[in-house]
Amino acid sequence: MSSDLRDLYQEVILDHSKRPRNFRAMPDADRQAEGYNPLCGDRETVFLGLDGEVLKDVSFQGAGCAISTASASMMTESVKGKTRAEADALFERFHDLITGKPGAPSGPELGKLEVFSGVREYPVRVKCATLPWHTLKAALNGAAAQVSSESEGPAAESGGA
Amino acid sequence: MSTAIRDTTAAYDVAAIRADFPILATRVYGKPLVYLDNAASAQKPRQVIDAERDVYERCYANIHRGVHWLSVHATDAYDAAREKTRRFVNARDTREIVFVRGTTEAVNLVAQTYGRKHVGPGDEVLITGLEHHSNIVPWQMLCEQTGARLVVAPIDDAGDVDLDALERLLTPRTRFVSVAHLSNALGTVLPVRAIVELAHARGVPVFVDGAQAAPRMPVDVQALDCDFYAFSSHKIYGPTGVGVLYGKAELLEAMPPYQGGGDMIRSVTFEKTTYNALPFKFEAGTPNIAGGIAFGAALDYVSAIGLDRVAAHEHGLLAHATTTLSAIGGLRIVGTAREKAGVLSFVLEGVHPHDIGTVLDREGIAIRTGHHCAQPVMDRYGLPATARASFGLYNTRAEVDALAAAIHKVIGMFR
Repeated sequence: MSSDLRDLYQEVILDHSKRPRNFRAMPDADRQAEGYNPLCGDRETVFLGLDGEVLKDVSFQGAGCAISTASASMMTESVKGKTRAEADALFERFHDLITGKPGAPSGPELGKLEVFSGVREYPVRVKCATLPWHTLKAALNGAAAQVSSESEGPAAESGGA
Repeated sequence: MSTAIRDTTAAYDVAAIRADFPILATRVYGKPLVYLDNAASAQKPRQVIDAERDVYERCYANIHRGVHWLSVHATDAYDAAREKTRRFVNARDTREIVFVRGTTEAVNLVAQTYGRKHVGPGDEVLITGLEHHSNIVPWQMLCEQTGARLVVAPIDDAGDVDLDALERLLTPRTRFVSVAHLSNALGTVLPVRAIVELAHARGVPVFVDGAQAAPRMPVDVQALDCDFYAFSSHKIYGPTGVGVLYGKAELLEAMPPYQGGGDMIRSVTFEKTTYNALPFKFEAGTPNIAGGIAFGAALDYVSAIGLDRVAAHEHGLLAHATTTLSAIGGLRIVGTAREKAGVLSFVLEGVHPHDIGTVLDREGIAIRTGHHCAQPVMDRYGLPATARASFGLYNTRAEVDALAAAIHKVIGMFR
């Protein structure tokens, strides 16, 4: 594999995509939302168990590419036990990381999520990495409608056969 | 304007053809470009690029209105493109050749003119399970507007249309049939002639979406006896923004106009407007003049090679790709219809098509991944997406081999 592909598909990402953590339905979830990426057909549902402001349990299910599956898996690990505000701040920081923005110096530590830094070299894959996060946000906001990755930017696929 | 003249009895000289396409010399991430996304859009030969530039440099003006020299020459060149198109699909008359923006606009035009006039509450419009979104959504919109019902003839596991089921679905309520000639998602060639016969036996007209077929096989609208046939310039090595709607003159005559404006009128007063003759009745506004003329150059280009020879070349590539890719463990070809052309869809066990696409891209190989604007086809197979290689007249066996080698790299990485 060429070295830049290895930047995108880091071992940790490949591991999470093959063996996603917290990959299960949550029958007694307080909140859930479905995310959809029309570009690649990815669909994933994020489930939330809440204790007041705290995300006491987070899980997901669905089918997606390696980047979106690994992102969902690592997201569930990262936000579990955090407050909504902390989860929001983490997403913001994560978004800055994968779009190549410098990010606010006072932001939270990304920890393991740093492995997604390679995504910034693959702009068309940013939506894959952010899909679970948008879906989490929708679940937190109690939005009933399906979230589309197209909220990320200009329409990715409208025609062309 | 230059035109490729080749001896059609000579061997298929793919190297000479490739030399006509400047973009094929591009290197992607340091690797030679392998362009296998022709079903999405085809690249343009120098002859087409030159033709479009030539219009702007030598004979550009608005058409059908000026008395001046430039306008006359631009009009002549644009009309010549219409005649080339007539010859290309073997229509009887240039009155039957309407220039539109693309296949999508052609479907919408027919749905909103013929459809609005002849389809009513409780009526049915019949399509197949293989259609591109642009041959689904305009009919859904028509059904919403009129209270008609969209009926879908199913496909089997191989990706062939179930012709018996299609015949059963032709009911006394069927007012219109619209089918693809060649599936963009699976590569299935549909038995269009048989479908036209079945529909005509019941007095139902047939629209054929030829977006994928026109660049890949000879098309004869009289032999098919279809009522409408549409295709896009950009998939047949011409510019974007130009397309063709062929319609039988008697049907076009009876249809109301699509859009109102200049060029589609004969006379206008505030009380009454009389519409122009065919095909201008359906061509409101200044068209894509340079694009239309360059489209004519694209038809010259493919005609000089010969569509039968292009078809044979692409058939060889598809056969080689089918054999080579089938031998790869964990790879499954989606769509194994009896007759296929130009398009190979596949999935790889344990690897999402999007990831295949990213790895192939870094090898310089451009394929399409996703639902190919045919989500119902994906749903039929229970797949969110496939990877799709689609061939053009300039592709080579070596490029197919490069694709296979790159797929092995994908497997090495994700397994």
